[in-house]
Amino acid sequence: MNDRFNLSRFSFYRFASPAIFYPLAGKMIPWFIAAAVLFGLAGLYIGMLVAPTDFQQGEGYRIIFIHVPTSWMSMFIYLIMAFWAAIGLAFNTRLSGMMAQALAPTGALMAFLSLWTGALWGKPMWGTWWVWDARLTSELILLFLYIGYMALTAAIDDARRADKAGGILLLVGVVNIPIIYFSVKWWNTLHQGSSVNLTKSAMAEVMLWGMLLMALAFWMYSIAVALTRVRTLILERERHTDWVKAELEGVSK
Amino acid sequence: MLNIVFSVIARDLKLAMRRQADIVSALFFFVIVVSLFPLGIGPEPDLLRQLAPGVLWVAALLATMLSLPRMFADDHRDGTLEQLALSPNPLGLIVTGKVIAHWLVSGLPLALIAPILGIQFDLSGDALLVLTGAILLGTPALSGIGAIGAALTLGVRGGGVLLSLLVLPLYIPVLIFGAGAVDATVSGLGGEGHLSLLIAMTFAAIGFAPWASAAALKIALE
Repeated sequence: MNDRFNLSRFSFYRFASPAIFYPLAGKMIPWFIAAAVLFGLAGLYIGMLVAPTDFQQGEGYRIIFIHVPTSWMSMFIYLIMAFWAAIGLAFNTRLSGMMAQALAPTGALMAFLSLWTGALWGKPMWGTWWVWDARLTSELILLFLYIGYMALTAAIDDARRADKAGGILLLVGVVNIPIIYFSVKWWNTLHQGSSVNLTKSAMAEVMLWGMLLMALAFWMYSIAVALTRVRTLILERERHTDWVKAELEGVSK
Repeated sequence: MLNIVFSVIARDLKLAMRRQADIVSALFFFVIVVSLFPLGIGPEPDLLRQLAPGVLWVAALLATMLSLPRMFADDHRDGTLEQLALSPNPLGLIVTGKVIAHWLVSGLPLALIAPILGIQFDLSGDALLVLTGAILLGTPALSGIGAIGAALTLGVRGGGVLLSLLVLPLYIPVLIFGAGAVDATVSGLGGEGHLSLLIAMTFAAIGFAPWASAAALKIALE
């Protein structure tokens, strides 16, 4: 009979249905927010109060607790988006494209924050807001890739086509990222010796803990925000279905 | 198998020859953009010689971009594209033909006119040779990557601007190694390494990009 909706209660694929994922996401969001706040507070406490002052960089280095996690997130999120794009193109699932679209603004925000905090950090440490270092340049290009993806999906009115076209762009981008990174790196070393070495030789263990906690906080925040956004996307796209109508009536009462 | 590629090339070339103004205007766009730089920067030969590879390559990127939207748009409008997609031949091969044809009418003329512009920037004979070679070897990759962007933005609102947003970041490696080859020749390091990498990128782009474009075209035609 109706096999499509007769999936086992514990089947993973069940959650690929927007109608089932919507309430699940709603239940998960508060937990991720709580975890983000807890990890964030712990990370900031260690980063701002416990971690010792750096003997070379003074207090200014503490921006690392925002800078490094946002850089990590900006790269992870692109990979995760490409993962959802691949799943969406291979299995033709509706939710995957929505997940990719829901993650994009957060990824772009992380790339922007990483560049911004990097500039704020660079000014007192290197004496300049910006250098054409390989990492800075590739982070900037990553921001361009996010913006290109968002512009493409926003320009296509048909949601399914937007998902698929965006998915192809993401996969092309993910293949190109290593090529871009290494070409920028080689370009940079050809033009100038690396005057700035970003990697510090030894990092105090406390600093590492602070950074990991902050990274976890940003993970949780990104998941919470992406889930919130995907819920909005689900409502928007499924607004003609009965369950969304029932859901929205329940809210307005 | 290869027949389809050649017949698509022949067809696209014939169409391009009927509309030579398009080719010529893209070419003059290249010439004008390159000529604007000395006016903006100043006429010192030393400075110009240093800037020449980058300026010529950036202008070549923009000139290639200019002709990309037309790669599929006309065929899409008159329904030819749907017929091509319905043909028993793989769409990837057909797109390969279109990419090669696009290069023949956009990249090749750029490479031929680049040495003349290079002279304006006081480049030496060696550098001019490498510049021509680099543009010759690198522009097929631009046509290939550009085909993906052209297919993705087919029939989309504001397609032209969007196309540049999508494609220009992906052009960066070609720009780096293309301009780098000339730079390395000027500074006496030799540009062979850069040229080899350009060839590698061109082969990768010609080999893979048409299939990604074909997937994008199928989505656009749904």
